Amino acid sequence: MAIFYYLIFPGFLFATIAGLLTAWFDRKVTAKVQWRKGPPILQNFYDIFKLLIKEVTIPDTANPTIFLLVPAIALSAASVATAMLGVVNMNWSYTFVGDLIVLWYIMSIPSIMIIIGASASGNPLSSIGASREMNQLIGYELPLVIILATIIFKVGSIGLGDILAYQSVNGPILYSISGVIACIVMIICLQAKLGLVPFDIPEAETELGAGAFMEYSGVALGAFKLTKAILLYTSPIFIITLFWGGIHIHGLGILWAILKYVLFIALFTLIRNTNPRLRIDQSVRFFWITMTILALIAFILMSIGY
Amino acid sequence: MKETIIPIGPFHPLLEEPELFTLKVDGETVVDVDVRIGWNHRGIEKLSQGLTWDQVPFLIERICGICSTSHPYACVLAMEDILDIKVPPRAQYIRPVVGELERIHSHLLWLGLAGHFIGYNTVFMWAWKYRELTLDSLEKLTGNRNHYAMFKAGGVRRDFSQEAMDFTMNAMNETEKALNMFLGVVSDDPVLHKRLKGVGVLTYKDAIEYSAIGPTSRPSGVDHDVRRDDPVDAYGPSFDKGVWKPIVLEDGDVFAKAACRILEMFESVKIIRWCIENIPDGEIDAGVKEIPAGEGCGHYEAPRGEVFHYMRSDGSNYPVRHKVRAPTYNNLPTFKATCPGAHIADVALITASIDPCYCCTERVGVVDNLGTKHILTEDDLTKLSVERTLDVRKKLGKITWNPYAKLL
Repeated sequence: MAIFYYLIFPGFLFATIAGLLTAWFDRKVTAKVQWRKGPPILQNFYDIFKLLIKEVTIPDTANPTIFLLVPAIALSAASVATAMLGVVNMNWSYTFVGDLIVLWYIMSIPSIMIIIGASASGNPLSSIGASREMNQLIGYELPLVIILATIIFKVGSIGLGDILAYQSVNGPILYSISGVIACIVMIICLQAKLGLVPFDIPEAETELGAGAFMEYSGVALGAFKLTKAILLYTSPIFIITLFWGGIHIHGLGILWAILKYVLFIALFTLIRNTNPRLRIDQSVRFFWITMTILALIAFILMSIGY
Repeated sequence: MKETIIPIGPFHPLLEEPELFTLKVDGETVVDVDVRIGWNHRGIEKLSQGLTWDQVPFLIERICGICSTSHPYACVLAMEDILDIKVPPRAQYIRPVVGELERIHSHLLWLGLAGHFIGYNTVFMWAWKYRELTLDSLEKLTGNRNHYAMFKAGGVRRDFSQEAMDFTMNAMNETEKALNMFLGVVSDDPVLHKRLKGVGVLTYKDAIEYSAIGPTSRPSGVDHDVRRDDPVDAYGPSFDKGVWKPIVLEDGDVFAKAACRILEMFESVKIIRWCIENIPDGEIDAGVKEIPAGEGCGHYEAPRGEVFHYMRSDGSNYPVRHKVRAPTYNNLPTFKATCPGAHIADVALITASIDPCYCCTERVGVVDNLGTKHILTEDDLTKLSVERTLDVRKKLGKITWNPYAKLL
């Protein structure tokens, strides 16, 4: 059963399809905002299939083992994260102590793999991309951990199932002042985690080519693209699980769940389309000062009962 | 940290045209920058000498897809300088309309690209959407979206129809609304302020020192605009009546350059409106039959700065010499003043901020392996060409005698 959860539903296969459809939705909304037509619904599938049959080139300067291993690890980490979230949402009792922390670790693995892979490629532009990714990771982790701490203190448990159970009894965490502030900080931090504008600094196309992904091709690049798509699908579910009572896949609950999901995806897309890219120093300062202060305010408000 | 060298180009997603920037970086900070051009030399000046006076403007138009009015404008002004004539009044009003429409579409194109360079693709798409209005007007007025083929010595080739002029007036109203929106976006968005303000500052002194021109120098406080300083056609009377004014700003950073271009578009809209409202009836062509011996210069304020053409005639059907100086040629060296000290992330923006046009600029230059650059004289070129010819002949095994021996 665990293998079914991991590989088929709600893990790898389902997450791949849902992730690519989400990526299509993101592209389509972007196109509408920009007065373009946008791609057909299967475009992202075509892209991935094309990458799967392309040749993988390994640069002479690269360390081939690490270079090729890294996308596989990133992809499996993303699948594990999405499977964990999905299973917990299906049945709250499928939780264990500290799975929120484990989930958070696993969701950080793709970023770390991008850093390692870019460093292993031996390309100067990639190495700049890697150093930016690292800076950015250090930047957004701080406010995010404060937000997670806020939720953990409010619920009194570090289990995802407990958080969901708490919300079904006491109402979603989002329905409070501290919850709204925490959710906003969370959305912005995940925007950086997903590498979307204004935080697409590590792969800034017009500055670094593709930055960290510059030397990747074929299946390896496809794996990274899939990782991004799966994370794009997982992030709104992560927010909904923590703040909005999770996803119920029974009866009318599924419509409500899709509505919540689409709302968050649309938010990500709109933020990405109405902002220019920040510089890396500005981004880190933004997270360490503005976002951290907001996260602390949320923490204090929560602890005094708002 | 060790200094790293980052090459941008000759072929790079950032660049529309081949050119090479070599950045020396220390971490994320740029220490030095080297610009090399010469990847796209097409020998326009030489080609021009093989064409008749009537054909030359068609060729000159194709120097650049964006300044396809500015080059012919300066070129026919040079021819008219040799002829020493004035074009008929109606043509004097038609020319600035085409010129200013080109300025609007060029600046909107730049605005979109600048948005793209800082990852703001929505601005990219919106600017290009509103650029369509201008291109549609140009198509109605001249028959072409680009390469208008309007200019000839002594006048213009096509007359404006009343319907096209009405269409243009409406399009200008729409464009002005869009420009107001863009001005609002640039002046209100806090993230844009963060990215653009204080970045790549070109001081007044540097602007003068590097002979920067056009919208690269005016935001630094250099009050220079060929349309006002040496007025031709309807530019003189419209400026005297206070219809428009050159935009001169103080800061010299990328923000000022963007603001300068947006404000210039408003002035262009005013010029177009005034010209269409006041256009007189009459002939559009002075009927020039031949160009006498002599030499002449013409210059015009292209969207990127002053473009300069020199032509010499010996009274035959063909120009003897045609020299082009495009604005980017002057603006390129300012990178030496603006790039060092900037972030890598900002270099893309700074290089874009002069609105470089390399196909206009390319001149003969040779880069050897040691990295020093020679400008070749005519003698050098002759020698090189002779050597090359001999080389080819040797390879073909056909060399029997050497007629060029005395040249080498």
